[in-house]
Amino acid sequence: MNASDLASSYDLVVIGGGPAGLAAAALAARAGLATVLFDENPGVGGQIYRAITFSPVKDRAVLGEDYWAGAELAAEAQASGALIVNGATVWSLDPARLVGVSIAGQARLIEASRVIIATGSLERPFPIPGWTLPGVMSAGGAQTALKAQGLVPNGKTVLAGGGPLLWLLAAQILRAGGRLDAILDTTPRGNWLRALAHLPDFVLSPYFSKGLKLLREVRAKVRVIRVDRLEAVGGERLREVVFGTADGERRMPADLLLLHQGVVPNVNLAIAAGLAHTWNERQLCFEPVVDRDFNSSVPGISVAGDGAGIAGGTAAAERGRIAAIAAVRALKPEASVPDVQIVRQKLRREAMGRAFLDGLNRPAASFRQPTGDTIVCRCEEVTAKQVRDTADLGCEGPNQMKAFLRCGMGPCQGRLCGLTVTELIAAQRGTTPAEVGYYRLRPPVKPITLSELASLPIAEAERKAVER
Amino acid sequence: MYKRLAEAGTPVAITVDGKPISARAGDTVAAALIAAGIDHCRTTPVSGAPRAPYCLMGVCFECLVTVDGVGSRQGCLMPVRDGMTVETQTGKREAGR
Repeated sequence: MNASDLASSYDLVVIGGGPAGLAAAALAARAGLATVLFDENPGVGGQIYRAITFSPVKDRAVLGEDYWAGAELAAEAQASGALIVNGATVWSLDPARLVGVSIAGQARLIEASRVIIATGSLERPFPIPGWTLPGVMSAGGAQTALKAQGLVPNGKTVLAGGGPLLWLLAAQILRAGGRLDAILDTTPRGNWLRALAHLPDFVLSPYFSKGLKLLREVRAKVRVIRVDRLEAVGGERLREVVFGTADGERRMPADLLLLHQGVVPNVNLAIAAGLAHTWNERQLCFEPVVDRDFNSSVPGISVAGDGAGIAGGTAAAERGRIAAIAAVRALKPEASVPDVQIVRQKLRREAMGRAFLDGLNRPAASFRQPTGDTIVCRCEEVTAKQVRDTADLGCEGPNQMKAFLRCGMGPCQGRLCGLTVTELIAAQRGTTPAEVGYYRLRPPVKPITLSELASLPIAEAERKAVER
Repeated sequence: MYKRLAEAGTPVAITVDGKPISARAGDTVAAALIAAGIDHCRTTPVSGAPRAPYCLMGVCFECLVTVDGVGSRQGCLMPVRDGMTVETQTGKREAGR
């Protein structure tokens, strides 16, 4: 597939090929909308169903049935008539729904009557001392290597943090015969109290029995140590992990430290497209403002899946269907679509137990708001002390902070420091993240080369505007 | 750090800094580096510190490498191809160069 093979316009452009994007594209295409799905990865599935069509992990027990459920979703989308393009990077989206996309080094601007952003989530920044050392990786990264390439840790491996994905990855590594020396659990004890009010809902949800089973499976095989401080130590690479426990400081030699502190919406494209966002205090992250059909504040653009607020993979598919039904109704009212009430009911069931999980897994402030020389912005190597000191000087927000420190201006465009910088400014100035706000993001949201830009077709009017 | 579960994938020959590496079909550049035990893929433009792939999902930009002569490609998003040349990147600004 080349960029030049694309049509100049589509009824619906879906951005992201995870559960939300796949479900949305399948439903819309089947209802007769000319639908294209762009995904930057080599295969569909997003992160939860990563490599679902080509995973080398053949023993289904390793990744579990919840993973393999994604195969049906992928097959449905592929059979739906939607054009699915992998290796396609969307680098721009504007409020008029002009989509900038690059495929194999060639760029195009595509018009869309409707857009569904399904860019999902990314792991919450976990800024501890030494987290930039080679040998320290995100847990999601290790899971991707397992799903897509069948790679499992075989050196001295420590998994640290909290949240459901941490335990799932631990179980998957163990089932695959990989090495896992210890789990350092950063979940504050007090979280149980926070979560308790939501326990009845959680007990009735599918998360309950799955979660308990997973915990038992992992705890039977690996030491789990509760920690309140965490540090990766080494010179050119990771050598050991230092951590604080109830019995004082301890050290553990390690070749690989895997970090995880839950997931947050991947908001870069949505913010750059001008969608209104709001701070979610329960999940400690920014998320787009959406209505019950997942329409955003910008007409014709909706956000489905975890990109609209974290709700999990199964909920993401239902959200994708709801957004797609709204798109079909807007563009082709006569087409037949599934009953949206039934989909909403399924979504409500999926939401059960989420409040409990959010409360239980809320990361401690000390792991979200680092101090001293701990690097906050990995790209520009800006430390927590620099950000805090600059806030004390009177810097009120993340955009002004860029001018002082360049944080958020490196290639990752704030994806790994944005929430940390916002929270640090809020903490330092005694205000709230909602008040402080987030980085102003602009296209291109992914780097493209000048030659890709230059390869875009130029209209006569545009040429005349700059030629003398 | 990592071992391969199944050696089923077809071998794909790539070079990293001129040295041949045996990757597998289905690898991304970043995964091939990890599987080959290559410790870091670049040094940073600010302090020259070594960095290695971190997120493997296209958001952290730590796995930036030069692929077939084009710099700062996201290794985790690029499938390996036979004959691909990968170079690690030296980032630190050097005065007088």
